[in-house]
Formats: sequence, structure tokens, C-alpha cells
Amino acid sequence: MTRLLHAILGRLPIGWLQLTHSRARFAAALAGVAFANVLVFVQLGIMNSMATATLKPYDFFSADIMISAGDANSMTEGGNVARQWLLQSLADPDVESGMGLFIGTVSWQRANRTLGLTTYGIDPIQPKFLSSDLASKTAVMQLQGAGLIDRFSRGLPRDEAASIRPQTPLSFEVSGNTLTLYDTFAGGGGFGGDGYMMVSDQTFLTLFAARSSSAPDHILLKTKPGADPDQVAARLRLLISDKTLRVRSYAAAGQEDLSYQQTKRPTGIIFGFGVIIGILVGLVIVYQVLSTDVSDHMREYATFKAMGYSHLFFLGIVIEEAVILGVFGFIPGIAVGTAILTAMAAATTLPLKMTFGMALSVFVGTVIACTLSGAIATRRLAAADPADLF
Amino acid sequence: MAGQNKYPIAARNLNHWFGQGEARKQALFDINLEVERGSLTVLVGPSGSGKTTLLTLLGCLRDVQNGSVQLLGHELNEASGATLMSLRRRLGFVFQAHNLHNSLTARQNVVMGLQVHGTLPAGQIDKAASHVLGLLGLGDRLDYLPANLWGGQKQRVAVARALIGNPDVIFADEPTAALDRESGGNVVALIKRLGHERGTTTVMVTHDSRILDQADRIVTLEDGRLVDKVR
Repeated sequence: MTRLLHAILGRLPIGWLQLTHSRARFAAALAGVAFANVLVFVQLGIMNSMATATLKPYDFFSADIMISAGDANSMTEGGNVARQWLLQSLADPDVESGMGLFIGTVSWQRANRTLGLTTYGIDPIQPKFLSSDLASKTAVMQLQGAGLIDRFSRGLPRDEAASIRPQTPLSFEVSGNTLTLYDTFAGGGGFGGDGYMMVSDQTFLTLFAARSSSAPDHILLKTKPGADPDQVAARLRLLISDKTLRVRSYAAAGQEDLSYQQTKRPTGIIFGFGVIIGILVGLVIVYQVLSTDVSDHMREYATFKAMGYSHLFFLGIVIEEAVILGVFGFIPGIAVGTAILTAMAAATTLPLKMTFGMALSVFVGTVIACTLSGAIATRRLAAADPADLF
Repeated sequence: MAGQNKYPIAARNLNHWFGQGEARKQALFDINLEVERGSLTVLVGPSGSGKTTLLTLLGCLRDVQNGSVQLLGHELNEASGATLMSLRRRLGFVFQAHNLHNSLTARQNVVMGLQVHGTLPAGQIDKAASHVLGLLGLGDRLDYLPANLWGGQKQRVAVARALIGNPDVIFADEPTAALDRESGGNVVALIKRLGHERGTTTVMVTHDSRILDQADRIVTLEDGRLVDKVR
């Protein structure tokens, strides 16, 4: 390793030699950097899982425009939308078709716990408004009292979910009605519920007797090929006389929901602070590791300064150490971080996972933080006379 | 060339203080000194007389506060960082406490004395370092860390590091204090030889009477004042 670094750097790899001079101290420094990595990974993982969980329901459907009530800050919040606006929207030449989307929560009383399932009522004869997986399963949903369940629902054993098939359906009672599950789809527990369920709008109205077919929660629209959803939405805002409604492209609705969850909801704000605190604590740890190392070698650096080495030379050593600590600390950091996120995901069914973006940003951030910490720590060396540092 | 001046080192009306405010204390008083090229000049005096302070001022390891120091034709008072850096590369310094890098082997420590010039490939620098260490009797200790060398060996590594860059001026603070009679004699002989053959100027702080005998000039300091210049 020393020879390799010597060849790469074109000089003695002082940073590597310093770090590895004391194996115990090197291990402690790596543990510090790895811990900082794990801290940030876990906080970022939680933050990202909230984004994934928020946007997950939007993946169930396929639409270009979404019309929602004015207070519908998220897909599951807010009032209803009169169906008349669906019909009105169809007057626009670029609107091809529309579907009312009903949303409610079904409580499934199980032997040991109650599952809260976010349930969507859709029109099963318009599969084009569903993802390809769900669209292929709409036939069974045309049966009254039939439904599909999220096989990753929290509290639903995997083997039991796997046994749910059209040939071996599973029935249970909901508000005095029998609901029969004929198949499953991939969802996953979120921060607001244990999982998802998909039923026809007719079944939905049976399960939620107080709801009316003329007032879905959202209206989904498909535009004609080549039409710009944002431009069509702008026209619809002029066309629809109820100015309290939110008429947005489907993509914009997802992003506004995400922004609301991250910046307005307490959980999002708490998670955001978690990431900030994680990064700050990580920075403090990394700074401590590097500045201690520079302080410990100040006498040697002063000697090099007395020999005519420039400040760039010392920065080079610090960057060398930063990269070494960043790389060698990252390996255990990502391993432990992945293990923790995987364990948390298994325990909560939240979409907690290590992503390439997280790994890359934490690695680059660690190396930059290490470099800046070391550079700050060498300022004393730059300012002082060598004789004062011996 | 500046390095070929008759007096590569000249201090005029040099004063120096340590501390600030009421704790400010003057360490050197009105020092005037010229050191001839190729000579071995020894600074002597009781402990605390200002020998090391003067050595570090002449060797541009400390900022000149008051007065003038001319080193290799350059004024050190208010010299720029770049000037100081380029001058330091023309000097060799042997520190009283060796100041070897604990993470580097004897050879690597010596390599650092030549690598700063950036003119030779790594292989040649290694060979040169091994050669100089061999001259100082450390050919079998090339890959030893300082922690595994005894005091005299460390001192010889420090001497090798100072000499390998073929400096114009050598500053040495008690370079033979940890050496036995033979090793100390070899170091002084080497320094004297460099003076004669290459015109290397040496300023040394020492109490070693063996060196005093070989000095071209002995300068005595007392309480920060230059009281005697012999030869």
C-alpha cells in the first residue's frame, strides 16, 4: 500500500504512514468516521423512506391530471370533489377520459392486532388508470365485495399473503360486509397506515356507506397523446368554476404532497432535523478525528516547514488522510448502515433502504468534511513560526 | 550568486522579545554579527543566554522583530512567506531534540530532506539517503523507526537529513550532545569537510569542548548580549 501510494502521490505517503503508525489509533479514527457515516445513513434512510412512502400510492395509478379539494394537501387528506367536474373536464378537447378515486381506511380485526388499510375505490372497467400490475388484476375487482390487498402490509404474515390467490381467496368482515381478497399487489407500510387495499368503487361505497358516488376524493384525468398536462391543467382551472379546487398535473400533485409531508407535517420536520443533527454530529466527529491527528503531528509538520515545505504540502497530507479515512471508514459505515436500515425495514415494513445516491453523497460529504477539518486544523501551522511549534 | 557572498549571514542591531504586555521580556539585545562563508561558528553561553533564539532567527525559523538579518543575500525582516520558504530549502537544520518524524523510518526521514527540492526521481533520492546514512554509520538501520533507535543514532539521522540537500548553511543546536566521542568527531569532521570542499557555512550551538577546538570562530552570549567574539 505504501509503495502504491508513493507511486500515485509522487512523494512519501506521509498521511498513510502517520495513520497506520499506531494501529489502535487508526482503528479508533476509522470507528469515529464509520459511526458518523452510520448516523447520517440512518437519518437519511428514514427521511428517504418518508419520501418513498409518500409517493408510493401515486405509483398505483396512471394519470396525467389530478383534481382535488382545496384542502387536500396529501392524497389521503382533504374533502371530496363533485363528480360534475369530471364531466366538465371532459369538455376540454385534450382530455381523453376521467375516473373518480375514492379513499378511505378499512380496519381489519385480526386475532392479535387491527390492521389499518388505506383503501382505494377505483373503476375496474378503466384499467388504464392503474399501474400495469394492478391493471392486470381488475377482472376480479368487478365482483361485488372483492378486493386486492398489499402483500407487504404490516401485520400480514408473508406466507398468509402468499396464499391469497383467486383460487384460494381470503374473506373477512368489514362493517357488517364480507370483503373477499382474491389477489395481492406490492405496496408496503407507510407512516399513515399498515398497508393498502384496492377495491371497485361500488365495493368501496358498500364498505363506506356514508360516502356518495357523486363525490370521490380525487378525479384522475388522462390527456390525449401529445398534450401537455400542465397546459391542460391551466385551461381546466379557467374552465372549472369552483376556484377552491386544486387542478394540477399528476406529477405536480405527487411533488406537492411530498413537499407538504417534508415541510409542514411534524414527522417530516422531525426527520429533516434528524438529518441535520446527524450531519452536524458527523461533522463534529470527523473534525475531532482530523484536528486531533494534525495537532498530534504539529511538531513534525513544523520541522517540515523549517525544511522549506510549503503549506500546500501539508494540505496534501491532510487531503491524503481525509481520503484514506473517508474510504476506509466508509466501508464499515455503509455495511453497518445497510444492516441497520434493513433491520428497521423488516421491523416496520417502511421502505428503508440504502440507495446509491445516499452512499455517494455520504462518501463525498465525508471526504469533503475530513478535508475541510484538516485544512482548518493546519491554519495554526500556516500562521506560526516553526520555532514556536517545536 | 547570493550564496557566494563573503558573509552569507549578517545580523545588525538585532533585538528580540518574547511575550506581550507586562510579560514581554527582551531575549536579545543589539546583536551585530557577520559569519564568513565556509566557516564553522560556534555560539556558546550559559543556559538562557539567547543562543537558540539567535540560531532560529538567523535560520529564518522565527520572525525578525527588530533590526536586520541578512541570510544568503536576503533580508529576513518582513520577508515574504515565499522568500522564507525558498531560503529554508537552502539550509540544513539539526535540532537539539532531533525532531524526527516518528512514523517514518530513518531512510524516509532523510528522504524528506531531499524530496523538498523536487528535482530527483524517488529511486535516486532513496539511494542518496541510504548513502548518507551509511557515511554516518547507520547503513544497517535504514528501515528502523526512530522509536527503535537510541539517542545517538537519532541524532545522526537528523544530521543526515540536514546534510543530504547539500545546504549553503547548516544551523545546528547541540548536534553532538547525544553522540559518543567517535560519532561526534565524525559529524564535526564531516561538517568541516563540507566547509572546505563546498563552502558550506555552519553556525552551531554547543557546549562540546571537542568542537570548540575545531571552531573557526567562537561567539559568546550572556543575558542576550554578544559579549565576546574569538578568532
